[in-house]
Amino acid sequence: MSAANSAHSVVEPSLNSKRIAGTIVVLYALITLIPLVWIFLTSIKSPPDSISYPPKIVFTPSLEGYCNLFTTRTRQTPDYIASLPAPVGTCDEVTRKRNMVIAGPSNFLPRFVNSLVIAFGSTFLAVFLGTLAAYGFSRFRVPLADDLLFFILSTRMMPPIAVAIPIYLMYRELGLSDTALGMILLYTAVNVSLAVWLLKGFIDEIPREYEEAAMIDGYTRLQAFRKVVLPQATTGIAATAIFCLIFAWNEYAFAALLTSGEAQTAPPFIPTIIGEGGQDWPAVAAGTTIFLIPILVFTILLRKQLLRGITFGAVRK
Amino acid sequence: MTISHSSIVEKAADATARATPASLARHVRGLSDRAIAWLFIAPAITLLLAINIFPLIWAVYLSFTNYRANRPNAPVQGVGFGNYERVLNDPDIWQAMQTTAHFVFWTILLQTVIGFALAYLIDRKFRGHAFWTTIILIPMMLSPAVVGNFWRFLYEPQIGLFAYAVSLVSGIPTSDVQMLGNVSLAPWAIIIVDTWMWTPYVMLICLAGLRSIPDYIYEAAEVDRASPWRQFWSITVPMALPFIMLAVLFRGIENFKMFDMVTLLTGGGPGSVTEVASITLKRAAFESWATGRASAFAIVLFVAVFGLANIYVKALNKVKQR
Repeated sequence: MSAANSAHSVVEPSLNSKRIAGTIVVLYALITLIPLVWIFLTSIKSPPDSISYPPKIVFTPSLEGYCNLFTTRTRQTPDYIASLPAPVGTCDEVTRKRNMVIAGPSNFLPRFVNSLVIAFGSTFLAVFLGTLAAYGFSRFRVPLADDLLFFILSTRMMPPIAVAIPIYLMYRELGLSDTALGMILLYTAVNVSLAVWLLKGFIDEIPREYEEAAMIDGYTRLQAFRKVVLPQATTGIAATAIFCLIFAWNEYAFAALLTSGEAQTAPPFIPTIIGEGGQDWPAVAAGTTIFLIPILVFTILLRKQLLRGITFGAVRK
Repeated sequence: MTISHSSIVEKAADATARATPASLARHVRGLSDRAIAWLFIAPAITLLLAINIFPLIWAVYLSFTNYRANRPNAPVQGVGFGNYERVLNDPDIWQAMQTTAHFVFWTILLQTVIGFALAYLIDRKFRGHAFWTTIILIPMMLSPAVVGNFWRFLYEPQIGLFAYAVSLVSGIPTSDVQMLGNVSLAPWAIIIVDTWMWTPYVMLICLAGLRSIPDYIYEAAEVDRASPWRQFWSITVPMALPFIMLAVLFRGIENFKMFDMVTLLTGGGPGSVTEVASITLKRAAFESWATGRASAFAIVLFVAVFGLANIYVKALNKVKQR
């Protein structure tokens, strides 16, 4: 980690120190990626290949993991399987090779759909409520604004389990236990704090002169908000939405404690995928891969806003 | 009990000061500004009150009773501070707090050192640094539960990649690389995963800190012929310190709540060596159904996090003012 020698200023590091820095960082990045690459490779292995020793780096790709992820299967005698008509599709074929027959769809798709519904539903609500509140805090003299804003932030500091008990009881009374609506409301409440803080930062950056000009031209405050501020804040709103989406998509503690069936999301579901004789790792890996893809896309889209989002906008870049 | 007017809140004040002048407000047709302000802010506050504050107050109430959530019809009796007494005298709970502190200490130490080093290197702006930075950021965007689950696979002694790699490097047979089953290794198994996942977070904040240091300070140091080592300790580290401390604050709060990753990796085992506070709490609340006692523990935890965060933010503000 040598800084530049005196011939170059530190502001412009020497070529040599750049090269050393680059090599170390790239090595770190590659090591970081190994678990992710491995999970993807496991998802396209056959179950025997996935648990062979030493771990196989070269193998024949198989879709068995993905097939097992989406189906439930029953074991049958070879005679029975031989008596069946020709297999329809790859999944039928690989399943029969293991002396099994596809019995029906698995729970993965409904759980994945739950994740989508709950994540998008709560994101929409959180961003909607967050935008209004952020505008309110940014543009009006709100009594106790500091305290209210701090209160909003502090709700995010509670351990989820600490509020899970009363929320569990409350939901039981209200009939919201294990419902998508209950989870949407819960995630909205958790996300709205982030949304207010982030969006307030974005809206603060829009010059208030724009709205003032519009209002002098005869717009009402609400019109000015809709037609002047909202379009200006689009980028900030989009970034905030993705952060909320990522949180709701990844959340586990509340989902595991408050949902058991109907409204269960993918994170508590994926680890429960069990094959014959232990965990079906290719299927688990397949589920994980599908689950991670949206996040990978978002990471790349968001890389410039990342810092703001993870620090509640406390640090700007 | 608030982290009163922390650095994070300071922006709120100047925005309020810049509120629309009254002269203009008079021109505005329709709803008055005051009505609009409340109309805009009320829904978010109401939701937070309903789903965060109301449950918290309820938890405080429950913590003084013997209520059990699996017997909703049993008579509820107040027990005074009985639950708190039991919680504070329970050796298992103190053990869980110690385990949590152990995790928080090591994860923060490792993540800060590695994260800062990486940020320092990335700040050299070598070719392709933006691309590799994005790659490094991926782990922290994933779900801790899903991460915990697939690391369990990597840690499997007979089939896992981690055991294989360790045995390849060290010559120890894979059957002895029992990361999750071994009492002395299991905590480290979790610390490794947490560090893998969250180092990028610290790195990102440190990077922002390094980029905030104006070039002219280094130029002045060059003129004074300060050695690179001296520059590093007298300029780089102190100037980036508030950022490093912010990263430590956020990670500290998060790791105090650590639940998902531990649940999926070890479930608190083997024995109870990785049983962090959240897992003890979950067991008391949803396995023993001792709702009252669990609520008391929850409140104790909450007060502990807030108290520590409060003291820390004061220190952070002092560093910032220097």
